[in-house]
Amino acid sequence: MTGYVIRRLVGMVPVVLGTTLLIFAAVYALPGDPIKALAGPGRVLSPSVEDALRERFHLDQPLWSQYGHYLGGLVRGDLGIDLQGQEVSALVARAWPYTLQLGLTAWAIMAVVGISLGTFAGMRQGGTVDWVVLTGTTVVVGVPYFVVAYVAQILLGVNLGWFPTSGVREGWPASYLLPAAVLALFGIPELVRLTRASIIENRYADYVDTAIAKGLPHRMIVVRHILRNSLVPVVSVLGLSLGYMVSGTVLIEGIFNIPGLGYVVFNGISQQNGPVVVGVCSLLVLVYLMINLLVDIVYGLLDPRISLAGRR
Amino acid sequence: MTTLLEVSDLTVEFRTARGWGVAVDGVDLSLAPGRTLAVLGESGSGKSATARAIMGVLPATVGRVGRGRVLLDGQDLLRLPPQERRAVRGARVGMVFQDALSALNPVLPVGYQIGEGCRVHLGMSRRAARRRALELLDLVGIPDARRRIDDYPHQFSGGMRQRVMIATALAADPEILIADEPTTALDVTVQAQILQLLATLQADRQMSLMLITHDLGVVAGMADDILVMYAGRVVEQGPADDVFERPTHPYTRALLDSICTADRKGQPLRVISGQPPDLGNLPSGCAFRTRCTQAADVCRTLPPATAVSPVHQAACHFAGGAA
Repeated sequence: MTGYVIRRLVGMVPVVLGTTLLIFAAVYALPGDPIKALAGPGRVLSPSVEDALRERFHLDQPLWSQYGHYLGGLVRGDLGIDLQGQEVSALVARAWPYTLQLGLTAWAIMAVVGISLGTFAGMRQGGTVDWVVLTGTTVVVGVPYFVVAYVAQILLGVNLGWFPTSGVREGWPASYLLPAAVLALFGIPELVRLTRASIIENRYADYVDTAIAKGLPHRMIVVRHILRNSLVPVVSVLGLSLGYMVSGTVLIEGIFNIPGLGYVVFNGISQQNGPVVVGVCSLLVLVYLMINLLVDIVYGLLDPRISLAGRR
Repeated sequence: MTTLLEVSDLTVEFRTARGWGVAVDGVDLSLAPGRTLAVLGESGSGKSATARAIMGVLPATVGRVGRGRVLLDGQDLLRLPPQERRAVRGARVGMVFQDALSALNPVLPVGYQIGEGCRVHLGMSRRAARRRALELLDLVGIPDARRRIDDYPHQFSGGMRQRVMIATALAADPEILIADEPTTALDVTVQAQILQLLATLQADRQMSLMLITHDLGVVAGMADDILVMYAGRVVEQGPADDVFERPTHPYTRALLDSICTADRKGQPLRVISGQPPDLGNLPSGCAFRTRCTQAADVCRTLPPATAVSPVHQAACHFAGGAA
């Protein structure tokens, strides 16, 4: 097990190098001059100040050299300083809790609703419930993300007043429920369909006959036997979407004014604040990879036939 | 002879491309307390479908009971409300399936799977059920049960897995055990051990055992009574000694003839010529007539169950010696 984890961690090194390089290159390729953007519209910095700033942020050097400087800092655990002189790690530390709360809330909503609906639909394959659920998922897939976000904000937040409209003043859970629900909504269709398919595949399995022959109550058969087996493929998707829920909050945080990581990245891009964008994105990549590793470990626990270490 | 389980006129239908086809047609059988009934027949003869219908585990959506009664102590299981039927399953009638690898849940430890029945039917706590599972694992001959109780089905060998399967069926101490080809998926050497185990359990607990098999060799040593099925119908039934001594239906005789024994060494194997008939397209009258060496015109009509002796019947026009 330890050997497996170490092998996986070593395997992550090239992935981290590749993704950070990609992010770095993408930011480098952004049009416009970050120093001029820093000065603000219409203002001109003196050439000596501008040169000093360029040198400080290594902007006078070629891409490879800039990337090298950045990597060097990353290895020392230093995310660097942004163009406004703030520690990127301090920015992240401030924004992180909001994103984590939002992402985990969304993920929990998605998991509970998605698996429940998928199970109900699968157990009633071909019935009305099944049809309604399947049609519902198709509709959700067809509607753009931000439309639902704005409609939910106006309808449930402004008109009905059930939820705070934006910001995080009311704390968890009140301020997070609505944005989390919207975020969750878009992970639900895939989860429902996967759970449903998996339930249908398992509900006629031989061990279900055994469970019936033992005289177990229907609920126990569904939850303990059918669902438990059906969850094996669902967990991997659930894990990947945990990464997505935590790292994919840019738009939602923007719409609902939540000062999380997505918000920081969003501002970083619009202000051409390269170090912020690169720093936060690299961190999100790392989080995503770690979650993936965790998922594979849980996978092994769920299905004892999958042996992680390659031996029994 | 008192009867514990009495099945009468049981008909099971399966969905086919041409509508519902009859897989089991008017089967009557009875199971006495503490006796072993062997149900014999080849693939597709309806013996498994009969067992599944008794147990209420016909494949959902494709199988159904057409008509008939399954009386347990005089109570018709087929007409019980679902909750009461559930209370019978596992508690009074246990079932051992053919392939323990697929019949056991792959993701749950065997101890848990055995204990479930105790918890549901005997109201045991988790801990008590675990203790009982351990006893049962010992009882069915799993060596070092204490160490293996948390293992998963795939960690056992085929024979050991079938022992676990038997332990799950015994969890709530049923009066009747239905074993559906319990040794078919096993090595020949292991088959004998499993049969021996079933015979011992049956004798020790005074259970009624309904043993479904296509293997006459399996039946010979164990059965008190024999029921032979062909194409969904009972063709012969009676005490094992009587049936072995005076096999009356031509199909039973052909089956007994096809056993290979040491004294026939060197001779060609005797087989029953032809193929089992297609259930959707059975011959009229006696379904065996197309493969029967004795077939005559009279066989185009359905043969009645004819008494060979007061306890031995065969469904053949020639059973009485007349006709």
